[in-house]
Amino acid sequence: MQLTTYIPNILFVMLLALGIGYFARNVKKLIRNIKLGTETDTAGDNAQRWKNMTMIALGQTKMVVRPIAGLLHVIVYLGFIIINIEVLEIIIDGIFGTHRIFSFMGGFYDFLIGSFEILALLVIIAVVVFWIRRNIICIKRFLKPEMKGWPKKDADLILYIELVLMFLFLTMNATDLQLQQMGADHYAQTGSFPVSQYIAPLFDGMSMATLIVIERSAWWLHILGILFFLNYLYYSKHLHILLAFPNTFYGKLKPNGQFDNLKAVTNEVKMMLDPNTDPFAAPTESGGVEEEPAKFGASDAMDLNWIQLMNAYTCTECGRCTSECPANQTGKKLSPRKIMMDTRDRLEEIGKNIDKNKGEFIPDGKQLLDDYISREELWACTTCNACVQACPVSIDPLSIIMSMRQYLVMEQSAAPSELNNMMGNIENNGAPWPYNQMDRLNWVNE
Amino acid sequence: MGEGLKVKTMQDFMAEGTQPEILFWVGSAGSYDDRAKKISRAFVKILNKANVDFAVLGSEESCTGDVAKRAGNEFLFQMQAMMNIEVLNGYEIQRIVTCDPHSFNTLKNEYPSLGGKYEVVHHTQYINELIENGRLSLEGKAYQGKRITFHDPCYLGRANKVYDAPRAVLQQTNAELVEMKRHKKTALCCGAGGAQMFKEPEKGDMDINVLRTKDALETNPNIIATGCPYCNTMMTDGIKAHEKEDKVSVLDVAELIANSI
Repeated sequence: MQLTTYIPNILFVMLLALGIGYFARNVKKLIRNIKLGTETDTAGDNAQRWKNMTMIALGQTKMVVRPIAGLLHVIVYLGFIIINIEVLEIIIDGIFGTHRIFSFMGGFYDFLIGSFEILALLVIIAVVVFWIRRNIICIKRFLKPEMKGWPKKDADLILYIELVLMFLFLTMNATDLQLQQMGADHYAQTGSFPVSQYIAPLFDGMSMATLIVIERSAWWLHILGILFFLNYLYYSKHLHILLAFPNTFYGKLKPNGQFDNLKAVTNEVKMMLDPNTDPFAAPTESGGVEEEPAKFGASDAMDLNWIQLMNAYTCTECGRCTSECPANQTGKKLSPRKIMMDTRDRLEEIGKNIDKNKGEFIPDGKQLLDDYISREELWACTTCNACVQACPVSIDPLSIIMSMRQYLVMEQSAAPSELNNMMGNIENNGAPWPYNQMDRLNWVNE
Repeated sequence: MGEGLKVKTMQDFMAEGTQPEILFWVGSAGSYDDRAKKISRAFVKILNKANVDFAVLGSEESCTGDVAKRAGNEFLFQMQAMMNIEVLNGYEIQRIVTCDPHSFNTLKNEYPSLGGKYEVVHHTQYINELIENGRLSLEGKAYQGKRITFHDPCYLGRANKVYDAPRAVLQQTNAELVEMKRHKKTALCCGAGGAQMFKEPEKGDMDINVLRTKDALETNPNIIATGCPYCNTMMTDGIKAHEKEDKVSVLDVAELIANSI
């Protein structure tokens, strides 16, 4: 035995390590970026969290609210998960130079390969329909302004990659079947090929050597394609296949209408209302380290909490939020999906800045507010929760809108003037209109 | 007191040394807005009819701060909340009913962590309770043969998942209930939430309330029912935009019930 016999094995292990290693590096970066967000309260019923994750992410319950897209998605999702059992076999074969190591399972193996093939066919059909929906039927939510350029390319690219992977898988099986029937060395009779048996005739009349080259090429390209796809995730909206799980786990448990009360504000308000505090007192020195005055609300990505940032990375730009948004439906600039995409883009920009500057963020004169999200978008929101309700993976675009409104009002006093009037009335008369507090009961006698 | 409404304040109860069954939180709209005041009166008519021993805060009530919070002014919200909580806790209030889903939501969900813990119900839930307990019975003649469609207020529906109570109450009127294409979870907002009520909408190609009334008009109703004073205003304006004000009226659930007893 020469060492050269092991070249494929060594090459395989190296490529596998490279693929997984680079992915791990990006996951680390992803986690670092998400942790740039502020702390937030994640207390709550853990059993409920597990249930939500199981139902919403694993069980796809919110996907099927739209039955056509939902069903197609379930097919691709199941295909993706189940066909990955095959990847396990490919990896073992690749490392040890075996061929179809799981074939010892006999009839069960036949069943497995058979169902993978049927799923692969279904995935191909689903992906083609997805492509038609985006590129021929041109469903409105896929064509909004924020979908121009990379987001559109990204969406199509994902479909192409999935298509190619499935075809490679079926080609690999078809040539394997041919080789099995020829009685080629190394290709024992195993597996059942309900789909690729119809592709196999394409390879009729080819020599054994050619077939082996095609089979090996398809095998290698398939696994390399999967490693490429794994590493593509970080740069793509497709990250949702991983983040949907933690994101639904940490999704809001409270009623949708309940917005958090800012603790920093509570402390200040309590002090203001406490008759025992001296309003003219100098800031206390006795407390030791003086706390930095908290910034109210968010003007940049790091002012948001880590769940809001994870939300941004989880978004796969399906646009269900935007298509349900009353402001968007009536032609306003606001699109909840764009809020999520902008947040992610800005966070990525901050991450790159940190990478470039040896782990430290050097202010770049930009921020999420105005440079990405305009005030016009923020003020168009009716806080109706339609976007939150529509999201199939528990993203809350509304909470980001609220955090940014808080910054505008409390840090910049930059509310629209009619709202300033309304708030002035509340301060002065305890009602949003300029009526006398003492007239509150007049309605009884009118 | 033209209609002879009986309304006592907490101060009155205090003077008598008794506690009411429930506090009616009237809200700023219910106190000052001409249209919403009619809803307050209709609800009191129901409470009187069912002999509910209720109180209002009167001049001791102040804006919940909800609209300030949605506008982003957390300071003003918490100031209002803490002042109201002081009054409510001072009177040892246990249970609150309100006709405004925005007050309902903030009192129920956002006041507790600031020290105000009460059982809060929306008036449609409370009316339903009165009917179920046999304290209120309807003649159910006034709207027989009419078509009613119910518009879900966002802060009652999606925000707090109260979908059934208003519909159960409306069933009692013997009218024919028809649903809009988007209803319950997928109901479209009337356009007033998030402080929009108090400002001009951003530039667009349509007003939200006009779109929502279009949904409602597609059911060919005689009456659009709501459970929120702001929705009521928006839907009423929407009907005018569609020039249907002669054929379709917008009424609160409380008004429909008050007219049926």
